[in-house]
Amino acid sequence: MSSVTLRVNGGAHTVDIDPSTPLLYILRNDLGLQGPRFGCGLGQCGACTVIVNGAAVRSCITPTSSVKGEITTLEGIAKDGTLHPLQQAWIDEQVPQCGFCQNGQIMTAKALLDKNPNPTDEQIRDGMARTLCRCMTYYRVQAAIKRVAKGVA
Amino acid sequence: MTPFTPIPAHIEELLEERFGTTSRRDFLKTSGMLVVSVSVAALAGPFAPGANAQVAGPYPDPNFRQLDSWIVIHENNTATFYVGKTDCGQGTGTAFRQMMADELDIAYDKTTCIMGSTDVTVDQGGSGGSDAIQTDGWPMRRVAAEARRVLLDMASARFAVPVAQLTVREAVITVSADPSKRVTYGELIGGKRFNVALTGGDVNATAGVARVKPVQALSIVGLSPQRYDIPAKVDGSLTWAVDVKLPGMVHARNVKPPVAGATLVSIDESSVRGIPGFLRVVSKGNYVAVVCEREEQAIAASRRLKVNWRKPATPAFPKSEDLFNYMRGATPTSSQGPNVTGNPDTALAGAAQIIDAEYEIPFQGHTAFAPAHAMADPSNGQMTIYSNDMKSYGLRAGVAQFLGIPREHVRVVWMEGPQGYGRTAADDAGFEAAFLAKEIGRPVRVQWMRHEETAWDTKGPAFTVKMRGGLDTRGNLIALDYNARAADYCHLGYNEAETVLIAQLMGTRRATPAAGSSATPSDMYVIPNTRTATQVVSLPLVWETPLRTGNLRDPNGPQSTFAAESFIDEMAAAAKADPVEFRMRLLAASTTDDSGFKRARSIAVVKAAAEAYGWDARPSPNARGTGNILTGRGIAYTFRSQTVVAEIAEVEVNRRTGHVWVKRLVCAHDCGLVINPEGLRRTIEGGMLHSLSRALHEEVTFDTEKVTSVDWNSHPTLTHADTPARIDVVLVNGDPNPNRPDLPHYGAGETVCKPTLAAVANAIYDATGVRLRRVPFRDGRVLAALKSAGV
Ligand code: FES
Ligand code: FES
Repeated sequence: MSSVTLRVNGGAHTVDIDPSTPLLYILRNDLGLQGPRFGCGLGQCGACTVIVNGAAVRSCITPTSSVKGEITTLEGIAKDGTLHPLQQAWIDEQVPQCGFCQNGQIMTAKALLDKNPNPTDEQIRDGMARTLCRCMTYYRVQAAIKRVAKGVA
Repeated sequence: MTPFTPIPAHIEELLEERFGTTSRRDFLKTSGMLVVSVSVAALAGPFAPGANAQVAGPYPDPNFRQLDSWIVIHENNTATFYVGKTDCGQGTGTAFRQMMADELDIAYDKTTCIMGSTDVTVDQGGSGGSDAIQTDGWPMRRVAAEARRVLLDMASARFAVPVAQLTVREAVITVSADPSKRVTYGELIGGKRFNVALTGGDVNATAGVARVKPVQALSIVGLSPQRYDIPAKVDGSLTWAVDVKLPGMVHARNVKPPVAGATLVSIDESSVRGIPGFLRVVSKGNYVAVVCEREEQAIAASRRLKVNWRKPATPAFPKSEDLFNYMRGATPTSSQGPNVTGNPDTALAGAAQIIDAEYEIPFQGHTAFAPAHAMADPSNGQMTIYSNDMKSYGLRAGVAQFLGIPREHVRVVWMEGPQGYGRTAADDAGFEAAFLAKEIGRPVRVQWMRHEETAWDTKGPAFTVKMRGGLDTRGNLIALDYNARAADYCHLGYNEAETVLIAQLMGTRRATPAAGSSATPSDMYVIPNTRTATQVVSLPLVWETPLRTGNLRDPNGPQSTFAAESFIDEMAAAAKADPVEFRMRLLAASTTDDSGFKRARSIAVVKAAAEAYGWDARPSPNARGTGNILTGRGIAYTFRSQTVVAEIAEVEVNRRTGHVWVKRLVCAHDCGLVINPEGLRRTIEGGMLHSLSRALHEEVTFDTEKVTSVDWNSHPTLTHADTPARIDVVLVNGDPNPNRPDLPHYGAGETVCKPTLAAVANAIYDATGVRLRRVPFRDGRVLAALKSAGV
């Protein structure tokens, strides 16, 4: 066990942990965050996605000690009580079925749009291809991303 | 540890937020109720039966024959509905609120809905079978209508005018002749019990004196209020079953047998004693779990624990490549039929053309997005399970039996989870958490790892279907022989104490394994001579097997409809007929209909789908172009109960790679009265894409001793890259009589999963002239078929 300081959603948290522990467990069990979730633990599904230094990172396979930058989770993308445009688009488009994967969908979409605010349909399909949903909400996820890209939301 | 069986305040608050029951606290405050401890039971308000239930237990069953069990009116003129269903993500909770608000005459946004927690909601079975609206919606509507009746009676007494001279609108009753005389529902009964007894032999029959409104009088049903559960699912604030944290909780992971049917010989506990936070290895029979203080410690311990297993003497099952040959050669464990109409043998002997085909559908997993999980709390001599079990009531009964404790001491708090569309009907993790919590005496959280879930979850049964059909000289289908065989012996029941995996591993054996089932086609075609027969076969290993079958989103429908609707297409092609026209002819060959007008409605959906797609009438296959991309379209139609659907798929097949992209999907859907059209559209889209995933990707693979498809690489699923560019959903009301006084609401959800596989196969045939009779249509299989056909 050792002491690790994490910067998450604008705050700093020091936890006493085995530093090789995947970041996901620390965020969920020590910091009480519920946006990132466990789906596979293998980096295959995206359920655990957080954003570190602008990139979508799969926290289930990321050793906590390796994270140096500011971490943003689903809880941290709304600003001053206003939902992030993607979150609003998700509501307007009524995207989720069960919703369990939607952390991964939204956070991956955010990283995608932050890099490329006007993706083509093809770029959306490619950029999201490794973010899975077993309720198969893909069609609505893509529609919601397009809403934001087009500034409809 | 806290003295009560507690839901900690922070979780309870979030539950409250999720259900939107913000009025509850005000209500409790203003009503002067003494709130000893906040719990989900308290969510019921003091007058719902769950409210008999003390917070600390025991937890008697809410009485469905009491109006107070279903509806609480608050002093602030809002209402809370209590229903015994769960929502797998199709927005049924929103639909329940619409139906009940409409009957009660209260604005939708003045209502909330509590679902599926066994101590506060009556037992309506949880979810399954797409019956939430079709079956359970009726008692919900009737009790809401009864509450309205009682409130009108109260107002009648208060104003001394007959009910007929009262007007009710949005929970306010006025004297029609003198609107200054008004009273709200909240003023009449807020903070008080109805104390009205209901009748009904079972929960589905629950009724009061009042009648439900005719469909023309419904005004909230048919609108599309947004789902109330979605905001908390996109801002990260929802507390799911995976998120529950309790004081003193510990984490468990299972150690599964490395090969199916292995016997535990010994455990070397010293292999994990050095792991920080290690608490215990718990084992009984072949069930093994490790328990640690922290989650990552439990994961490490489960990986490191040295267990000595003895392999079984004989192979557990054939290799997946040999599955269908094995099934064909096996002696059935049960058979149905043959059911014969006319004289199929004679008709076939005289047919101008005979077509034979055999279709194969492998085992396909539920492969829920996240693995099985549950938290169980043994505090205060009770057992509280926090679970996403879609059948929470069954979990409660099953766990009580499994642990040998009275039902009253078990409650299941239903919370949201990753849906597996049938997976949680046998909620392995709920049983395991309860067992371990009892052993350890602390709250235990269990979660499976991905490889366990994909390998050991319940499977949709594999099918092989033989079909033979005959055409006369004019291309009429005169005879059809259907013979389906399913590997479904020992099909898993719903949360049965003797069939969930932990029970099997502990050595429990039911005297007679469940027979399982196969399926026959569901269509309204008129074919003069038919024979249908089905069989179930068993694999060598019956118990403790990862190839245990369970109900996967319309348990056998995608398999049987793949065969039946592919074959109708083959017959249409042999007759050189347009596939839509060929089906229409078969549907219209009789004018007799059933009580739900299924024939008329079948014709209507096939027509509506073809119109929405812009179907160009011509026989399949299409003339092939010379480029790499071949395009085609295919249709398939079916029904489930009284819900009828037709789907059209448009495909692009890459002849170089074998890759199939379903570019467009169209669905025409008739489920009677639609409660929430936008919610329904999304349910239909998700259901079709789920079956598209089964059509293109999904197959459980195994060698003779274990499942080898264990993650998203080895058991692939549909992805964003596969998503159609366009999906059109047409909601049809094919009732031939538009003046019917009351249209029933049928089920939705599973019907659309049935025809997609055939629609895609038919489209691939149209594009390429190659008939694929084996699911899934992965690139390699398609390419090989194209090559061998010289495409
Ligand atoms: S849980 Fe991290 S990618 Fe699946
Ligand atoms: S919405 Fe259920 S897994 Fe994506």
